[in-house]
Amino acid sequence: MDFGEALNLALREEMRRDGRVYCIGEDIVLGVPFGVTKGLVEEFGPERVLDAPISEAAIVGSAMGAAMTGLVPVVDMHFADFVTCAMDEVANQIAKSRYMFGGQVDCPLVLRMPYGIGRSGGGHHSNSVEAWFINIPGLKICIPSTPADARGLLKTAIRDPDPVLVFEHRGLYRMPGEVPAEETLVPLGVAEVKRPGRDVTVIATARLVHESLEAARRLAEEGIAVEVVDPRSLVPLDRDTLAASVRHTHRVVIAEEGPMRGGTGGWLAWVVMEECFDDLDAPIVRVAGPNVPVPFSPPLEAFVTPKADDVVAAVRQVVK
Amino acid sequence: MYAGMLRVRLFEERVRELFAGGRIPGFLHTSVGQEAIAVGTAAALRPDDYVLSTHRGHGHLVAKGGALRGLMAELYGKATGICHGKGGTMHIADVSVGYLGANGVLAAGCVLAPGVALSIRHRKSGQVVVAFFGDGAANRGPFHEGVNLAALWSLPVVFVCENNRWASTTAHRRSAAGGAIAARAAGYGIPGESVDGNDVLAVHAAVARAAARAREGAGPSLLEAHTIRWVGHFEGDPQAYRGKDEVAEGRARDPIARLAARLRESARLDDAGAERIRAGVVAEIDDAVAYAEASPLPEPHDALADLYAHYPWRD
Repeated sequence: MDFGEALNLALREEMRRDGRVYCIGEDIVLGVPFGVTKGLVEEFGPERVLDAPISEAAIVGSAMGAAMTGLVPVVDMHFADFVTCAMDEVANQIAKSRYMFGGQVDCPLVLRMPYGIGRSGGGHHSNSVEAWFINIPGLKICIPSTPADARGLLKTAIRDPDPVLVFEHRGLYRMPGEVPAEETLVPLGVAEVKRPGRDVTVIATARLVHESLEAARRLAEEGIAVEVVDPRSLVPLDRDTLAASVRHTHRVVIAEEGPMRGGTGGWLAWVVMEECFDDLDAPIVRVAGPNVPVPFSPPLEAFVTPKADDVVAAVRQVVK
Repeated sequence: MYAGMLRVRLFEERVRELFAGGRIPGFLHTSVGQEAIAVGTAAALRPDDYVLSTHRGHGHLVAKGGALRGLMAELYGKATGICHGKGGTMHIADVSVGYLGANGVLAAGCVLAPGVALSIRHRKSGQVVVAFFGDGAANRGPFHEGVNLAALWSLPVVFVCENNRWASTTAHRRSAAGGAIAARAAGYGIPGESVDGNDVLAVHAAVARAAARAREGAGPSLLEAHTIRWVGHFEGDPQAYRGKDEVAEGRARDPIARLAARLRESARLDDAGAERIRAGVVAEIDDAVAYAEASPLPEPHDALADLYAHYPWRD
């Protein structure tokens, strides 16, 4: 089962379980462009699989109105880049609803955020925008890297009483992987060690998990044992698993896809220092994109895309 | 509705005094002079209908039946406020009476409303949701997106524009192309009606028609209620942008005096009755002020509560 199919399975399972769950977004009946919602309308009908006009503010805002009054919306953002058209709804309305109203309302909604670089999407269809949202209190944020995690995290997000953003890297949708036959939930705030190793901890998310695993395979040939840790959710964050890994390896690389400045890696580096600064034997090294928009032309795009080579170089730097 | 408008008026005037006396923190926008829209609308709704409000929203909440104690304590920033001091004047909600929030962002309620309406439809509850917004907000995208979606899906929403002629300090004629906000309804194929927002009976009738239509499944309506703000955009606003004659015009069209005159003509209100109503309202407001004054401030660390369903949370 691939990553996109795993998400589709999660949606089907949760919509069968709970009649309050519905999907809304642009072109979701046909499942364009990534196929995640394909076929849902045949099972659940157009009342629960709503093709909306191209009105991001109304799609996201209406989800909050519905969530506050008893439904559980799952919004397909089409491309995460377009969330800018609904930024007030996410940052000012959804994130603050419970807090500003003193806990009077739940806001159980999910924003599915297809994001990420690749295939010359260009400046408005390629950005890794998760860093924008870790600075907004009131949201929860998860970012799966495998089909099993995608299914398990989306299911948990749908059942959560708070708003959850699920970042789905569009380069992973067709990636196959094992998905348990039985229903499996992945809790928020629980990281997973994707590969154990004693020398260096690489903390990576989504596509960079796979780049880091590739880097670890190459470095193993040089005798460097890399431990790849996937936080899986950025808010809440599993500090314990990250700290345990660092106490074991004493060296840290943090890898993400978006721009370096203000990226999630800056926050993770601070958490590592707060938890276990005295255990570090070298400065933390970050892998991230350069501080430019994502360009169109293949060689330009390739240049700004963090990949296994960058992780390898970063690891060599921390073990030097 | 007479008592309801007086309740809003005297509440707002008391709040202005308390703000001037330093008892209430923050920025304050009151609805003095605009009471007929809040009260006429609320009187046309069922108790379980929903309201989405604005930065000038006290009147909507008072009219919808919100308890004055919790509201006043919230304006004071007290722990006993309906939002425990987290919301304040511009971000207050009282879900128990269907008041789903004032809003510091203009036209924000216009996009929340279609979702509330989807929930109503799912539950087959026959409720409606009213989205209030101002003439200035009608120039924001969410107004258009929300009206379009509600119209497209025939959702039970009543959009009520409170046109008080001023978007903060910018005149309506200098901010809205085409003039009439109600005329914009035609672009979405829904009824658009302009009403005298200082005539509570006219507002009531228009909202009742729109709500009935919405409940029948015929979709949303857009009402534009014309009114006049007696006070500044915010408390302390020197109002250099408008002449004193506008406020005089507003006072001459005082919605409370107009209804009182009609009630007296038909012998449904006399001096004794008016005094009895006023005394009851004043007593209620006195009680709310005393409650707010006597209430404790929140514990500072309570700033960390209410963010997520589970507390304490972990970064």
